Order: sequence, then C-alpha cells, then structure tokens
Amino acid sequence: MNILLLAIGAALVNNVILSQFLGLCPFLGVSKNVKTATGMGAAVIFVMTIASAATSMIYYGILKKLGLEYLNTIVFILVIAALVQFVEMFLKKKIKPLYESLGVYLPLITTNCAVLGIAISNVQEGYTIFQSIVNGFGSAVGFTLAIVILAGIREKLAYSPIPESFKGTPIVLITSGLMAIAFFGFAGLI
Amino acid sequence: MNKCTERLYNGIVKENPTFVQMLGMCPTLAVTSSAINGAGMGLSTTCILILSNFVISLLRKVIPDKVRIPSFIVIIASFVTVIQFLMQAYLPSLNASLGIYIPLIVVNCIILGRAESYASKNKPLPSMFDGMGMGLGFTIGLTVIGAFRELLGKGCVFGYQILGDDNLLQHSSGIFKAIGDVLGLYTPVTIFVLAPGAFFVLAFIIAFINKKTAKKQALSDSRTPVSCKPESCAGCTNLMCGGKIFAESNENKAALQKPLKGEPKQEEVPNTSAEKSKPEEVLKASEDESKPEEAQKVSAEENGFHQENGIEIKSIMNKIARYHEANPGMVKPIEVPEAEAENVKAEADVSVPNSRNSRKKKKNNGKGGKQS
Repeated sequence: MNILLLAIGAALVNNVILSQFLGLCPFLGVSKNVKTATGMGAAVIFVMTIASAATSMIYYGILKKLGLEYLNTIVFILVIAALVQFVEMFLKKKIKPLYESLGVYLPLITTNCAVLGIAISNVQEGYTIFQSIVNGFGSAVGFTLAIVILAGIREKLAYSPIPESFKGTPIVLITSGLMAIAFFGFAGLI
Repeated sequence: MNKCTERLYNGIVKENPTFVQMLGMCPTLAVTSSAINGAGMGLSTTCILILSNFVISLLRKVIPDKVRIPSFIVIIASFVTVIQFLMQAYLPSLNASLGIYIPLIVVNCIILGRAESYASKNKPLPSMFDGMGMGLGFTIGLTVIGAFRELLGKGCVFGYQILGDDNLLQHSSGIFKAIGDVLGLYTPVTIFVLAPGAFFVLAFIIAFINKKTAKKQALSDSRTPVSCKPESCAGCTNLMCGGKIFAESNENKAALQKPLKGEPKQEEVPNTSAEKSKPEEVLKASEDESKPEEAQKVSAEENGFHQENGIEIKSIMNKIARYHEANPGMVKPIEVPEAEAENVKAEADVSVPNSRNSRKKKKNNGKGGKQS
C-alpha cells in the first residue's frame, strides 16, 4: 500500500513538472506535437527509472559506506551522463527498434534537471533502493502525462487566434499554469 | 568600452539569460516565490558562474576536446558542492528555502552554456566578467519576477508589507495613512506565490518583452536570439532550442534523401514531421518531375515555417494551389492523370487519417467532381 501511495503521489500530487518545476526545458521545448512528446516521455521513463536505481545503489553501497556523502552531486551527475551513454550504445546494438523510436531524446535527457533532481531528492528523503525506483518511475510517468497533455493542447492552440505578443512561449506558459492549477485537484488524493 | 565592461553589459542587458535567452527556467519559476529567494538564488549562481568560468578558461588549452563536457560538469559540480556547504553553514534559512535547487545549479543551462560558448574560447579575465554579467542579469531577472509574485501574492516586497491589510503606510499619519488605507483594500491573490502563478507571471513578462521587441524583429530578419544562431550556439537545450534541434536535424535528413524519379512515396520520413511531410512528399511526386528538389526545399522550409508560426492553413492552401497549377487536368476527369491522382490521394488519405490535409483534399475532390 505504501508503495502504491508513493507511486501515485510521485506521478500526480507532486508532479515533477507542474509541482516541483523540474524538467521545464524539455517540457516547453519538445511538446509541439503528441508524437514527439510521447517519444520524450518514453525516454524519460526509461532513463529516470534506471538512473534512480543506479544512483541510490551507488549512494547506499559506496558513498555511505565510505563516508563520502558530500560527493553525491558530482557522482550522481557523472553516473547519469555515463548511464545515458551506455544505454544509448546498448540499445543501438541490441534493441534497434526501441533506439530508433527514442531517437534524439536520449542525449537530451542528460542535462535535464528532472533526472538529477529526482535522484537527489530520493537520497534526501531517505528512500530505500526499491522506494527510489518506484519514486523515479512514478515521477517519470507524471512527466509523460504532463508533457503529452500539453502537446495535445498545443496542437489545438495552433489553430486559435492568439494575440501577437503572446504567440510562442507566453501562451504555452499560461496553459501550463492552468494545468498546474488543475493538478492541484489531486492534492487531497493521498 | 573595454572588453570587461562590454561583457557586463552583454550579460545584463543585451543577452539577459532570463528575458532574452530564456535559459535556466527551472530555478526561475521554482525559487521566485519571494524576492529575497530570487536574489539569493541569483547571487549563488553568479558566484558559481564567476568561479567556473575562471577555472574553465584557465584550463581551456589543457582539456581535450572529446571529454570537454564531462570535465566542465565535474568542475561546475565541485564548485556547487563547495557553495552548497558554505550556505548550509552560514545561510541556513536561505538554504532551507532554496532546498533542492542549489545542487541543481549544476545542470543549469546558463552555466554549461557560458562555459561551452565563451569561457572555453577566451582569456580568464573576460570570462570572469562574462560570468559576472550573466549572473547579474540572471539575478536581476529572478529578483524582478520574485518581487512581482510576492507583491501580487502576499502584498509585500522583500518582506515589507505594501499592499493589503496592515501595510507600512498605515502606520504613518495624514495623507500617507489615507493612501495606506486605499492600498489596504487589496486582497492578496495567493495563487501567485504557488506554482501556477510563476507560469502566469513569466508568461506576461515575456509577452511584454515580445511586444517591445516586435518592431525590432520586424526590421531584422532573424527570430532567433543570439545564443541560438548556428555560429554562436550556446550549446544548451532551452525552450527555444528544444524544438528547433529536431526540426533542423530532420530537415537535413530530408534534404539528404533526394527523391528518385517515379518514386511515389518517400521511405524513412523523419519522425517529427512525419504526418505533415508525407502528404507533401506524395504531392510533390505527382507534380512536374523536373523539379522535385525545389519542391522538397520549399516543403521543408514551409514545414519549419508553419511549425514555428502555426499558420498551417496558409501553407496548406499554397500547397493545394501549387498542385492545381502543376496538374491543370485535375478539374476534368481525364483518365490517366486522374487515376494516378486518385491513387496518390488515396495513399495520402490512408497515411494521414482524418488530418486537415486529407479533409481539404476530400473537399477539393468534391468540388472538382461538381464542376466536371
């Protein structure tokens, strides 16, 4: 039960983008149509789950045992960068169709605040390794949900009469703000 | 102006990270719930920018090109860790309010972008001033947004109550007290200090800036900010760039795959523009076969054009006009071209079910039938 609450909380209540403001750059930049948004979301789910697992294992296995917790920022970012490289090479060799569909989004996720942010908050909240994986997966599902919804709205927005100075980024930000208000409704869920 | 003051001016006014380049959006929206938090975050980022730019510029000839980005990240991360612990020790309240965003300065696009585009190519002293300029520009941006949000959401600025109940002016006398009473009628709109308010405030600020620069953009050709031009790419993936990278790389792929004569459909159409370019490719194939490249260039251009501007209807009308120009026999039912055209249309409709393109073609088809 606790795990389920953790997953739902991570996806809906403390949504990575709309509540914690992590991962805004890809959220606003890659959400032009639903296809690219789902691609990005899938890539983020993939990377965030594996990264949460790897970083929490390294934290509890190596850093904490040697008393080197202060190195966690440096170690985490290097681990995430290396992980994305390895995952890309592995997918390219073994599971070509998945690599083709994820495409250019994999390298884009390396400097994404979402992955590093979730990794650090897993450690700061003191989650066990399994809880970190669930938190990572739930957060990534929440990211995918938000970005796909925004992509759907943006596709429709292209046909609407928008004032000249609001075209482009401002109207997307206002839409995200309204989505954030909507997601407030989940606050009483857990 | 000498080089250093020019760097300062550049960072604060000309290429302000928040308002012009729109980098580092995550901390911008997250920590600006009050002006003090915004200023604190901005100043920490400034320190890290100065230090990291300095060190990276010193080491620019030593670091090999292949491991450039990871080594930059290590240098920046080390400074962030140092600053984080200093803040934990000496500024605990700021540390508590900024929370997780202090370690996230590592992946702030501004720092990596400046390191990549300026510090790795210039001497240490100008790099330091570049870092200072960008950092101060960022701080000013954050403080302004924070002040707006705090004022509208709580009625205070930097902790001093100005609007709403029990504001500062009410404690004085005479005309100031009267003004204070009027200002006291304001009820703070709490949503502005919460997550959605950040989005709204930033949207209106950017709209305001768009309005101001609309005339300038009309005169100059480019719509991309300086940090996004090919020759001066800041190397980050902010919201201006995230979509363009894909559009450009896909256009390059499309331009490389030149169509063979008589090929009805393009295989390996790139991902993002799949739905829009397939009917274009099909249309192009049925046009005059002597100019496939031109049409593809135009379609790629228009694809990017209407992806940016959302003026799809105009481009669709243009495409249909060109198609009718190239195939004047469409209106009358001539056997061979019409059969080909029907096949082509059927393919287009199947490939993009129920899109605006296929619906428009069905409409025109009906019109053609009526006239004949």
